[in-house]
Amino acid sequence: MAAHLSSGRVNLTALREAGRRELREFLDKCAGSKAIVWDEYLTGPFGLIAQYSLLKEHEVEKMFTLKPGRLPQADVKNVIFFVRPRLELMDIIADNVLREDRGRSPQRDFHILFVPRRSLLCEQWLKEQGVLGSFIHREQYSLDLIPFDGDLLSMEAESAFKECYLESDQTSLYHAAKGLMTLQALYGTIPQIFGKGECARHVANMMIRMKREFPGSQNSIFPVFDTLLLLDRNVDLLTPLATQLTYEGLIDEIYGIQNTYVKLPPEKFAPKKQGEGGKDLPTEPKKLQLNSAEELYAEIRDKNFNAVGSVLSKKAKIISAAFEERHHAKTVGEIKQFVSQLPHMQAARSSLANHTSIAELIKDITTSEDFFDNLTVEQEFMSGIDTDKVNNYIEDCIAQKHPLIKILRLVCLQSVCNSGLKQKVLDYYKREILQTYGYEHLLTLNNLEKAGLLKSQTSGRNNYPTIRKTLRLWMDDVNEQNPNDISYVYSGYAPLSVRLAQLLARPGWRSIEEVLKMLPGPHFEERQQVPTGLQKKRQHGENRVTLVFFLGGVTYAEIAALRFLSQMEDGGTEYVIATTKLINGTSWIKSLMEKLEPAPF
Amino acid sequence: MSRARADEEEYWHSSKFRAFTFDDEEDELSQLKESKRAVNSLRDIVDDDDDDDLERVSWSGEPVGSISWSIKETASSSTGSLDGRDSGLQRGSSSCAALPKQASSYSLSSLFKGRNKLPSFQSLSDALSDTGVKNYTPELRRPKAEYKDYSNDWSPRDTVRRMQRGKVCSLERFRSLQDKLVLLDEAVAGHDGNVITALTHLCISLSPVEILFRELEVRQVALCHLIHFLKEAGEQKFLLDLLRFLDRTEEVALSQYREHLNIQDVEKRREFLKGCIGLPFSAEDTSHIQDHYTLLERQIIIEANDRHLESSGQSEIFRKYPRKASILNMPLVTTLFYSCFYHYTEAEGTFSSPSNLKKTFKIPDKQYVLTALAARAKLRAWDDVDALFTTKNWLGYTKKKAPIGFHRVVEILQRNNAPVQVLQEYVRLVEDVETRLNLATKYKCHDVVIETYRDLKDRIQLMAYKCKVERGSADEEKINSILNNVVRNAH
Repeated sequence: MAAHLSSGRVNLTALREAGRRELREFLDKCAGSKAIVWDEYLTGPFGLIAQYSLLKEHEVEKMFTLKPGRLPQADVKNVIFFVRPRLELMDIIADNVLREDRGRSPQRDFHILFVPRRSLLCEQWLKEQGVLGSFIHREQYSLDLIPFDGDLLSMEAESAFKECYLESDQTSLYHAAKGLMTLQALYGTIPQIFGKGECARHVANMMIRMKREFPGSQNSIFPVFDTLLLLDRNVDLLTPLATQLTYEGLIDEIYGIQNTYVKLPPEKFAPKKQGEGGKDLPTEPKKLQLNSAEELYAEIRDKNFNAVGSVLSKKAKIISAAFEERHHAKTVGEIKQFVSQLPHMQAARSSLANHTSIAELIKDITTSEDFFDNLTVEQEFMSGIDTDKVNNYIEDCIAQKHPLIKILRLVCLQSVCNSGLKQKVLDYYKREILQTYGYEHLLTLNNLEKAGLLKSQTSGRNNYPTIRKTLRLWMDDVNEQNPNDISYVYSGYAPLSVRLAQLLARPGWRSIEEVLKMLPGPHFEERQQVPTGLQKKRQHGENRVTLVFFLGGVTYAEIAALRFLSQMEDGGTEYVIATTKLINGTSWIKSLMEKLEPAPF
Repeated sequence: MSRARADEEEYWHSSKFRAFTFDDEEDELSQLKESKRAVNSLRDIVDDDDDDDLERVSWSGEPVGSISWSIKETASSSTGSLDGRDSGLQRGSSSCAALPKQASSYSLSSLFKGRNKLPSFQSLSDALSDTGVKNYTPELRRPKAEYKDYSNDWSPRDTVRRMQRGKVCSLERFRSLQDKLVLLDEAVAGHDGNVITALTHLCISLSPVEILFRELEVRQVALCHLIHFLKEAGEQKFLLDLLRFLDRTEEVALSQYREHLNIQDVEKRREFLKGCIGLPFSAEDTSHIQDHYTLLERQIIIEANDRHLESSGQSEIFRKYPRKASILNMPLVTTLFYSCFYHYTEAEGTFSSPSNLKKTFKIPDKQYVLTALAARAKLRAWDDVDALFTTKNWLGYTKKKAPIGFHRVVEILQRNNAPVQVLQEYVRLVEDVETRLNLATKYKCHDVVIETYRDLKDRIQLMAYKCKVERGSADEEKINSILNNVVRNAH
């Protein structure tokens, strides 16, 4: 089930195994048959750790989603709530417990498992509702870093960016540090830590402190990672705003990938048997899992979308030819061999059919006029053209009432590419937005300003051109088919964050001191002692392994760019990526928007 | 300046600038189609076999046995048929986001008012050392060793560390505010937000507000955590007191303004917004808040009036086009559209007239014309559309002008299914020849196409266009006559 986790340079199955072990231990504490009541948000991330079969082995007989009212009548000894420590969820739990039929026999025992951390406040809350005493076990399950793929870990903390940069609540950074400690316990101490940004500094400090305070964490494991690079999202606010142009990036932009699953419109995925087709077309969205366990997906996910079509058609020819082989199979041996290959060919065929359909869906959108116009404006901004005046296209989009998030993405992009907008331009946009979408969005605009995504150019200096040139963020001659630079992931724009990682590996940050000073927050280097016996003696030609941790979120295009660097022949470094949350421009801006009550009708 | 002009020119002409284009579009799309065909044709060969070797997947794509799949499965097989039946529906509504906030009975405000009201709050420690658990089965009893945890001798640092690890510990020892602040400082140093928030919370309940605020002011981290928590918990009053104490006036203003979202009653909401005008916003924001208030005030008047008109059945426009929703709380531009739709001819003096809205809210010309055009086109009031773009000069000559460009006018009209006669009038006004030809061809405004080719003296195109018009139609005749004319002139 989890073969894809061990395919990379670092075997992340160990992390998953640790998670499963902890889960089993908890379940066994509650002896007897069980029902789990799920905070629905957690089912996705948990699914990456364990399937239902594991729970079943430990006597989990029923599962429900958490909702107010009376709990379903399940004949089990234990009822366990799996929840995030949030006050509004505590209210529901209290409601459930209070409505439990006292007369029923035998009575059911209640337990709570907090993910990822027990919350004192939540327990206090439950106490005030008079139900705290009903829980026998109140424990925590430290699901900090969840393995998503062989080289990818995420905390799936939705609001981490907002909490860190808007509310200055650094709880999620504490969890990040905890996650890194767990990682070090499994994969050895990471000897070198680099970082850029306030939050990065903070996490590094916490790690060092935790190590000092828990001497037990000294381990004797040979270090797998050579370097840890901590990057604040607010060092590079630009990248997530731009439309990702890799295959996986576009799937995420258009349909949204949740915990490696995507839901697609069913029309293109016709029912399997042709004879049955037509009479009842599926109406439920088609749900697919996307990870490197699927050979074809692993090959195309990180390509620029323009390079995907040709791969798919090549694959189609190969598979057709393979099936043709059956006509040439004459002897029993040959036929046997052909048949033995069938399952693999069949899997390849269905995978190819799926991705051809997805590519068609995406192509419908990327060839639309509006997609093209939007992209043209984005690319103008990123290459530094006309960033200091009101943009016609944005104005038109507002007049036509395009989705607000799209407008905000573009305006923020312009602001970031101009180190802030001229006051007059900013005021104009704000006015247009408020008049068209409603004055209450003033709150959202304020949030964006507070996060630095939208601002007026106060210093009167636009640093972006210098940063762009020094870091070569805009490449005119981009090769989408056979890329030679990371800029292919945005068809011209090289993500700033990944450029920083690239330059750190070679020739080192000393070469870009000036630019680093222009970007927010400190940059630093720390070393962690590794016992001499465990120090690495590098084989000649062996690549270094760097863990890049994006605090505040990372996009699929950035991941693709890092994978591209890993695969460069003379790169010398392989990357593993960790983040607080996998994001795209839309989900990111959404997390910063003020939650408005639904209209009263 | 960012770029020299020459640079710009070069940029536009060199077309080095790569947008996201498909070079050989036709080719690629057909490639995709072909791949798909090829792949589909293989089904017959393969699908006779069962999918034994593949992971079993339900139609929704969820592997059978995944957690979310199993929730549905086990829920629907549970005894209460109710749960099974509505699980699909309920699942959506059960997510925490959908829960109405007001439904919860947060009792926190009572906690914040002072110590006398909450004799029980010392019990955060109770929560932590809670042993009075019912149904305590023997095998679940804590191991002996853990009882040592009930020691009262933990130092502040150890206490905080134990809290961080989610272990049981007693806080009873830390009675005074000073004691608690020591704990809080330890927690801040440990960076664990969970503990920081909990301890800040504990401090609140036990000290006069002013003293606490002063202590928190020098503890910025704890302060931020507290503010975040107050926002999450909806503890508005306490939050505002705190922000005021800290002199964060703009935040006070925004935070207060946010509250209007929770007021459903429009009259109350309007009153509330009126109160917001005087709050210490930035100058720019103040004018927006003022506008917000004025808009709602207008909407209330318009709504009362129109509801009456509509229900009495006296007004033709409301009979013909019943309103889909109330205009209350709609954005300004939507309100303008509404007003252009139902109240277009009213004099500027009435609140519901478009010109009054335009003036009151200083709506720019462009925005106004766009909205009015869309509204009148929807009603197919072509005369009004015409009037929108007609200006008279001092000699009395009329002239057509559009602040948004006539190509946009054409687009909007087309979207509203304007007849060709109307459409071509505006296509004709598009200045750029190429755009005009494109639009005219696209929307079959034959007259315009023919005239344009005539003016361009483009015989070949004109001849080619002949096959696009109906045989024997006036258009064909027109083309013929032009062609003949030109021939005659040539002689």
